[in-house]
Amino acid sequence: MSTFVSVAARRRPAGRAALLTVTGIALALLVIAGVGPLYWAFKGAISSPTELVTDPLALWPADPRWENFALVWTRLDIGHYLLNSLWVVVGSWAVQLFVAVTAGYALSVLRPRFGPAVYAAILATMFVPYTVSMVSLFLTIIDVPLIHLNLANTYWAIWLPAGANAFNVLIAKRFFDALPHELFDAAKVDGANVWQVMVRIVMPMSRPILAVISLLAVMHAWKDFIWPLVAITDPAKQPIAVALSVLAKQAPQDQLIAACFLALLPPVLLFLVFQRYMVDGLGFTGVKG
Amino acid sequence: MATMTTTVPVARPDEDAPPAPRPTRRRALRTDLVAAALLLPALLIFGLFAWWPMVQGLLLSFQKTNLVTPAVWVGLDNFRALLADPLLGTAVLNTLQFVGLGLLIGFPLPIIMAAVMSTVRRYGGVYRVLVYLPVVVPPVVSVLLWKWFYDPGPGLFNSLLAQVGLGPYPWLESPDTAMLSLVLESTWAGMGGSVLIYLAAITGVPQELYEAAELDGAGLWRRIGHVMLPHLRPTIGLLLLWQLITTVQVFTEPYVFTGGGPKNATVTVLLLIFRKGFQQGQYGQAAALAFLLALALAALSFVYLRATRRWSQS
Repeated sequence: MSTFVSVAARRRPAGRAALLTVTGIALALLVIAGVGPLYWAFKGAISSPTELVTDPLALWPADPRWENFALVWTRLDIGHYLLNSLWVVVGSWAVQLFVAVTAGYALSVLRPRFGPAVYAAILATMFVPYTVSMVSLFLTIIDVPLIHLNLANTYWAIWLPAGANAFNVLIAKRFFDALPHELFDAAKVDGANVWQVMVRIVMPMSRPILAVISLLAVMHAWKDFIWPLVAITDPAKQPIAVALSVLAKQAPQDQLIAACFLALLPPVLLFLVFQRYMVDGLGFTGVKG
Repeated sequence: MATMTTTVPVARPDEDAPPAPRPTRRRALRTDLVAAALLLPALLIFGLFAWWPMVQGLLLSFQKTNLVTPAVWVGLDNFRALLADPLLGTAVLNTLQFVGLGLLIGFPLPIIMAAVMSTVRRYGGVYRVLVYLPVVVPPVVSVLLWKWFYDPGPGLFNSLLAQVGLGPYPWLESPDTAMLSLVLESTWAGMGGSVLIYLAAITGVPQELYEAAELDGAGLWRRIGHVMLPHLRPTIGLLLLWQLITTVQVFTEPYVFTGGGPKNATVTVLLLIFRKGFQQGQYGQAAALAFLLALALAALSFVYLRATRRWSQS
């Protein structure tokens, strides 16, 4: 940690007062911007529709309606959509982790002669954002080459493309590169095969990077909107983000807010539990997304 | 899914990795085969869902297809139809407006916030969690909440502004302010990541440099201007490019906030691609527009690389 504020300035009373004022204002702004909208969503969720209109600035509803959550759970079927999102998240996570670990291990530890070419082709996809190939990706999933299957309206349409994430392969390979390779050779001498080396030695040593990949995968899958909107048109299968964009046109305001609050709760709670991993991991990996 | 990297956890550059022992030819072949088997999932997934769609997107720009009968080659017809569509110019200008306003409002803020946060000695973790909180809220939820805040009648913003005698403002309802309203929300939603990356860069500046500058009589502002900011140059360049690339692709905000209205004031390039492809069935035209967008993004990255090379040398 370094800082441009000098030690001498911190000792002077005027300097300390100025510093406290600036950091205090920043904290106030961050509380308003960070917690404010979430609290407001919570307050709106338990307010009556009339109160939302007559007293929009009330900090707490005069007559809290806790039953709103149960109401949207059943009437708007929010529980069902949250479950759909959970499916999307679990599958995307599993595919991403599997692809990143097998590819990273092959490229870093086994180092085949064609490895650099494959690695370059994988990294090249980072320069083509998926929105650009979204139309042709849609044509691909409705008639997958070679096997001629239509994946539209199945979660495979989200799970499989999620695995094509070059950044995951990159950070997995880089991490494996830094592991002591003598250990793998020793295990091989002891008779371990390639799979055993990967599962019993490499993966247990790689928990930090597996955690980073997992958190990124889960957060991204929960937040993703445009691709599920295109790939899953069956209302019964849509994840919560897509379902909310549809409900926004029909549901009453107070119920929509309650549904929004339920949809933001899982990622926010996950973040608060793993915040150390995420805000620190972000600084280290420089990951955005 | 924009991702980028500056440094990676406890990883050394590839060159430092221990050299593999020179294998015999037979062992090399065996390694190649085992590696190919392990790479199979990645090759299949990248092949089917990344490499092939890129090629197919390019081909599709010159084709017409209705998904039932085989695609027909139509030469440059898709591009001609696009250029004849008056909405294309509107979409490009709107997208540029979103990008420009986003830079104006959203670019300096994270640097200032990160600089302030770097002076915090205790409870720095609280600041970092608070600043990142909006980023973990799903974008659709953020947009729907802000739509409620923007409500011209009983909305939060107009109610608050009325307390100090301002407004009411139409926000999303007027073509003049709709795009600005989108930018405000997206700045709020996306700022946290940039702040944390700047913060890591700022706290990585060697303390000796500040102390040396102080001994030479440099005050607070000169330590910021002549020590901190020059050190941030590579990070600033990287995040500038990142913000340009992501804001050019804006979709969720116009789709959920306004659907492109009022009076097409928020139709963006990606919204147009979505409409043409998935609502009008003009897959060829949508692919052609996506191809043009890819060219623009590539040009942007190229100009950026040229510019920053000169910039970081100066």
